[in-house]
Amino acid sequence: MKLIELNKLLNSELTTKIIKTDIEEDELSINVEIENLYSTLLFLKTYEKCRFRQLIDIAAADYPGEEKRFEICYLLLSHENNLRIKILINLSSDEKIPSIVKIYPSANWMEREVFDMYGIKFKNHPDLRRILTDYGFDGYPLRKDFPLTGFNEVRYSEKDKKIVYEQVKLEQEYRKFDFESPWEGTKYMEKIKTSKTKDD
Amino acid sequence: MTKQKKTMNLNFGPQHPAAHGVLRLILQLDGELVEKADPHIGLLHRGTEKLIEHKTYAQALPYFDRLDYVAPMNQEHAFALATEKLLKIEVPIRGQYLRVIFCEIGRILSHILNVTTQALDVGALTPSLWGFEERETLMTFYERASGSRLHANYFRTGGVHQDVPKNLLNDIGKFCETFPKIIDDLENLLTDNRIFKQRNVQIGIVTKEEALAHSFSGVMLRGSGVAWDLRKSQPYECYKDLDFKIPIGKNGDCYDRYLCRIEEMRESVKIIKQCLKKIPIGPVKTIDGKISPPKKEELKESMEALIHHFKLFTEGYRVPKGKVYTAVEAPKGEFGVYLISDGSNKPYRCKIRAPGFSHLQAMDHLVKGHMLADVPAILGSLDIVFGEVDR
Repeated sequence: MKLIELNKLLNSELTTKIIKTDIEEDELSINVEIENLYSTLLFLKTYEKCRFRQLIDIAAADYPGEEKRFEICYLLLSHENNLRIKILINLSSDEKIPSIVKIYPSANWMEREVFDMYGIKFKNHPDLRRILTDYGFDGYPLRKDFPLTGFNEVRYSEKDKKIVYEQVKLEQEYRKFDFESPWEGTKYMEKIKTSKTKDD
Repeated sequence: MTKQKKTMNLNFGPQHPAAHGVLRLILQLDGELVEKADPHIGLLHRGTEKLIEHKTYAQALPYFDRLDYVAPMNQEHAFALATEKLLKIEVPIRGQYLRVIFCEIGRILSHILNVTTQALDVGALTPSLWGFEERETLMTFYERASGSRLHANYFRTGGVHQDVPKNLLNDIGKFCETFPKIIDDLENLLTDNRIFKQRNVQIGIVTKEEALAHSFSGVMLRGSGVAWDLRKSQPYECYKDLDFKIPIGKNGDCYDRYLCRIEEMRESVKIIKQCLKKIPIGPVKTIDGKISPPKKEELKESMEALIHHFKLFTEGYRVPKGKVYTAVEAPKGEFGVYLISDGSNKPYRCKIRAPGFSHLQAMDHLVKGHMLADVPAILGSLDIVFGEVDR
């Protein structure tokens, strides 16, 4: 089965559930609403023509400017058909997303990681704890508004003979260079350019 | 009088030689039987994904060496492929062959380490001493090509950094002649060894269904009898022109996985040999001056080269908008990069899919009902490297 056929199949079988499908760079992605996520994944896993039996990864991304701030991407793989698919979900920061551990047991840690990094909460997750960050860590590091340097640093204190947590002290301010060319890249020039093209 | 059952909690790691790094495993024991295992990971978390978001594409690449530091170039490969897919550029044939040669060297590096340390975990010291000598030789090849033994930073978007020095390919060819003998020696020590078999056969059995459900990939999947290898099923670079076999296990236990790794090393040697025969002369990276930097000699003569050089090492190249997922068959399994680009010179988001993450997740499932002494054996056969699990 080819990607295009799969696209057609999904569009006819899941018409009511899918917002849109896309084939870009030889990769098929489908957008679904949160309430349809569980049933869509169950369909993709069990329907005999799809057989997406392996969940490869769950990846989230943060778009702070948008109303639905987070985008979660479920990457599935079908060994039988040798196909991959992406399922995309958009959700705002106060929404919860259903856990899919019952469909794919391997989703357990992946969802924990998304929770750890973005603070997205999963409904019915058996064990939603932080996974990669330190014990007692505060904040969600992969959100775009979390600074690269973080807030706390850890060191061993010779005086107290133990590990101590302190606020980050940088010897030198974190330098972020904007290498974009002054001739084409700066923001005010881009504004002028786009307004000009609109007038034309 | 009824016997009172008392479970004991045991803290395995984070500093334990058989934990293969910094794994903290909290085991619930009933006598010597494991009832539950709760791996605590993240002790080596360095925020790679966050750091990559703040670096240009060229600067992001070296972070991949530091994930699975046992086979660094295989990781770089996944990221290079992702950016190439977005930029829609082709790698010149010679570049592809060089990539494959070094990926297979990486596979041998990783498998030697895994096979011998697994033997070490179950009590055999000699294999690791013999194996590490060969790893040293392989790492000199890395050094001669890239300048460093481990953190190579050799693959670039569009090819590899530079052509290999004279005679390196010959020396790799010589190694391919002698290395199968070393694999035989290792097999002599282990394959029929009674103790090694007692510790590994029928231990940590994974069925086909379980392997799929737990997102296993690589040897963990093939050991359970699923014929799946990305080099065959979704070929990248020049793998489709090469002739090699995919070894498959039958029982899905630790011993089968060991056998698969041994066979894969032999296949890798075959692949390298074929590459050495077929490798053509030509450029090793894309000739597009907007992506690959010019040669040092050109800088002295050509103004354009100078400008390109300056722009590439300050601003870097821009990658068109898009979301792609590319995966390579790394020694440990499917290593993938999900890359979101917003059209600027830095990745907007780079999610790294590490095979070890899923494998370690199944730890609880695998060790349940086994003896405490089997835990290191199972952990060893999972082939865990914390650089990639914790990222």
